[in-house]
Amino acid sequence: MILELKNVTKKFGGVTAINSTTFAVNSKEIYGLIGPNGAGKTTMFNIITGNYQATDGEVIFKNEKINTLKPHVIVRRGVARTFQNIRLFHTMSVIDNVLIGFDFQTNYTYLESIFRLPRFFGEEKRIRGRAMEILDYFGIAKFAEHKATDLSYGQQRKVEIARALATSPTILLLDEPAAGMNPAETKELADLIRKARDDFDLTVLLIEHDMKFVNQLCDKVLVLDYGKTIFEGLPANAIKDKKVITAYLGDFTHDSC
Amino acid sequence: MGIVIRKDQWINLAIIATTLWFMWLASTYFDEYTVRILNNIAIFTILAVSYNLINGVAGQFSLEPNGFVAIGAYVTALLLLDGDAKEYQYDIEDPYPWILGLQANFIWALFFSGVFSALLALSLSFPVFRVRGDYLAIVTLGFGFIIRILAINNPEITNGSLGLNDIPEFSNLYWTGGIAILSVWGILNIVNSKYGRAMKAVRDDEDTAIAMGVNTFKIKTFAFCTSAFLEGVGGGLLAALLTSISPDLFTFFFTFQLLIIIVLGGLGSTTGAIIGTILVIGGAEWMRFLDEPMNFGFFETPAMPGMRMVVFSIILILVMLFAREGIMGKRELKDLFKPKSKL
Amino acid sequence: MLMDSLEFIQQMINGFSLGSMYALIAIGYTMVYGVLRLINFAHGDIMMVGAFLGYFGMAVLGLPFVAATFLAVVGSSLLGMLTDKIAYKPLRNAPKISLLITAIGISFFLENTFNVFFGGTPRPFNVPEYMEYIINVGGIIFSVASLIVPIVTLLLLAIILWVLYKTKYGMAIRALAFDVNTVNLMGIDANRIIMLVFGMGSALAAIGGIFWAVNYPSVEPMMGVLIGLKAFAAAVVGGIGSVGGAVIGGFIIGFTEVVVVAFLPEYSGYKDAFAFVLLILVLLFKPTGILGINFDKSRF
Repeated sequence: MILELKNVTKKFGGVTAINSTTFAVNSKEIYGLIGPNGAGKTTMFNIITGNYQATDGEVIFKNEKINTLKPHVIVRRGVARTFQNIRLFHTMSVIDNVLIGFDFQTNYTYLESIFRLPRFFGEEKRIRGRAMEILDYFGIAKFAEHKATDLSYGQQRKVEIARALATSPTILLLDEPAAGMNPAETKELADLIRKARDDFDLTVLLIEHDMKFVNQLCDKVLVLDYGKTIFEGLPANAIKDKKVITAYLGDFTHDSC
Repeated sequence: MGIVIRKDQWINLAIIATTLWFMWLASTYFDEYTVRILNNIAIFTILAVSYNLINGVAGQFSLEPNGFVAIGAYVTALLLLDGDAKEYQYDIEDPYPWILGLQANFIWALFFSGVFSALLALSLSFPVFRVRGDYLAIVTLGFGFIIRILAINNPEITNGSLGLNDIPEFSNLYWTGGIAILSVWGILNIVNSKYGRAMKAVRDDEDTAIAMGVNTFKIKTFAFCTSAFLEGVGGGLLAALLTSISPDLFTFFFTFQLLIIIVLGGLGSTTGAIIGTILVIGGAEWMRFLDEPMNFGFFETPAMPGMRMVVFSIILILVMLFAREGIMGKRELKDLFKPKSKL
Repeated sequence: MLMDSLEFIQQMINGFSLGSMYALIAIGYTMVYGVLRLINFAHGDIMMVGAFLGYFGMAVLGLPFVAATFLAVVGSSLLGMLTDKIAYKPLRNAPKISLLITAIGISFFLENTFNVFFGGTPRPFNVPEYMEYIINVGGIIFSVASLIVPIVTLLLLAIILWVLYKTKYGMAIRALAFDVNTVNLMGIDANRIIMLVFGMGSALAAIGGIFWAVNYPSVEPMMGVLIGLKAFAAAVVGGIGSVGGAVIGGFIIGFTEVVVVAFLPEYSGYKDAFAFVLLILVLLFKPTGILGINFDKSRF
């Protein structure tokens, strides 16, 4: 077990976004978090990454409680994420975007950068090499010097995942990675995520609407509805579950069309 | 390890060599008035590139320069004036004994000016960078006023509103130009390092920078303290150039000029900050005519002191509304030599 | 001992009056911050323009005090809405820093334009005689003005709160502070609401400016700078985004200043610095202020 949420509750003012949710993700698992809009999935991500403080409950990562840590510290412990609407640094090149992921793993001081001391050159060379390796892995190395936001949508997704992988995570949180992609791209992405899981020794927690994508990819799913867990188990069983079908009906028929 | 010099580094070396040659040329042959303007341009280059670091590169709107330049000017002045000179000119109150004892040579005076400013910036970082919102702008704006109030109300230290006079004139083109070159070099080194990348990331999208493990508090503090350090040094150079300083020298207009410089040059571009400095400081000299009576032949306008500032503010608003990228956008000199690549 | 408590009450009345002026100006800061997340640097200068309009109304047009105040209120709200329309509205989708720079530009423009055309020397403000009438209640001496100022302020506060909580537009303003989409759902144009906020804030600032001119009987182009800065500090102390907070913050800053000058005269040279120190302390220890709304929540 790598990540465990115990009775996590989140309230905004009077509104309960998440109501005492408990689940656990095993190491190397691809775990899906699904549910209709407004079910509290992204809120769940924000609690795991420390952007929101849970009103109640605990988040345990690698046997340590992390829900009181600052967001940038949680990243450094090995929790990386991507965003629902792609959020690349829009004035920066592809490689610079990925290098931001390496920021805390680059070992030279401020003064060493100002006076261009030897360690600056050594470290820059090292992380640039690693960043290029990741870009190469995603097949986007040739765009390294391009402005990130000039790339196509699918490529930008890859840059975002590459940037998240640069933080050397143990667990990768993907927020609707297949959103806005056509079936061919979705299939390619699913393969890529599975491959990356094996090559980078990752655990993956993802939010997704596309049930086909979830079915293809996930080992396990958790279905949320208005902050409550209504199902946990194999994706194949989720689509047969009565409660899931009722809660999900609108989105379900829409997505499977 | 053999040293290989790339093409853009050759260009940089050529620029530095030309600047050094020009400094020599100007010091040797140019008249006093021109040299004074060149000194101003050099000092404002230091201030503009450092002001651009916090505003343009890190994207944190700040109005600090007049405060830190004042601090730097006073620290340098107090360290350069000897005990007798101080005793002689403190008219409002007798100076504290430790004030009389302060003494250092020029280079140390400049260094202490920078360090003192940077330490003050560090102490301001805690209230403003731990919270969201643009409090940096309003706190630094207030800070400029406070510095002035402190300078006026502590005549035992600053000689109050009379200011400090007869400061040894150590600044010359070699000092101002030399430190300007070093500042530009240092700032560019920061921009082209992991710290500069993180600053830009904070500017583009702070939440995402945090989500990539960047300690944004630390990055913003680094940018702010670096700006303050160089502004302190610049203030020191200014004091040793003008030879007399008073609280009224460091009003908000000082900051406003720098803001126009970096906006006109292109927020975020160090090259732009230098171009902006030359345009605005050169232009400000030229624009002095605006304050004077104007004769249109058939109609004569009276002298209007302050008209320059009205024009400055209109320029700033127009640039923001219609040409937000300024002259250079976020590009640097080296980007102009890059071949355009298509996807 | 008796003298001390008399003195104290006396100073409290002064503090109440000064605090009211800060409060009136702080409301404009806090409302604009609420809907645009913008520190409107020009707000203090709009107050200055209001005071000047009042001055011109009486000194040039020969209007009675109340009519001149009305002129100031109308003129300032129009100016406030105009700055939004020509300077801020085109930048709604621009980076935040562009908006802030433009605001500083507008502020500097107003200050220096007035400076060029009307000169930097303070102009005496014609205070109507009934305002200067001195009342003596058991040894406590105060002018009618120092009574009117807090009363009018509280009245205006009541009106503003009524607008905010009981009218459709007020609901839209509050909704806008959290989410632009909700406002669009209500079928109201967000830009019109923002304009309304500028108009209301500027009107209050004009009244604050007139009161200021009555109290220190003069107007000058740079008067908005320090007052604006302190009023903003008041807004943060009370909790930025909250109208009630702005009023509480205004009173806190007003009282602090009066108390410092009255009871610690050796520090009176620093009286303008206290608001700033308070601002720093609040940012350090309670950034949401006394009644503040937590805008800190990131929007993923």
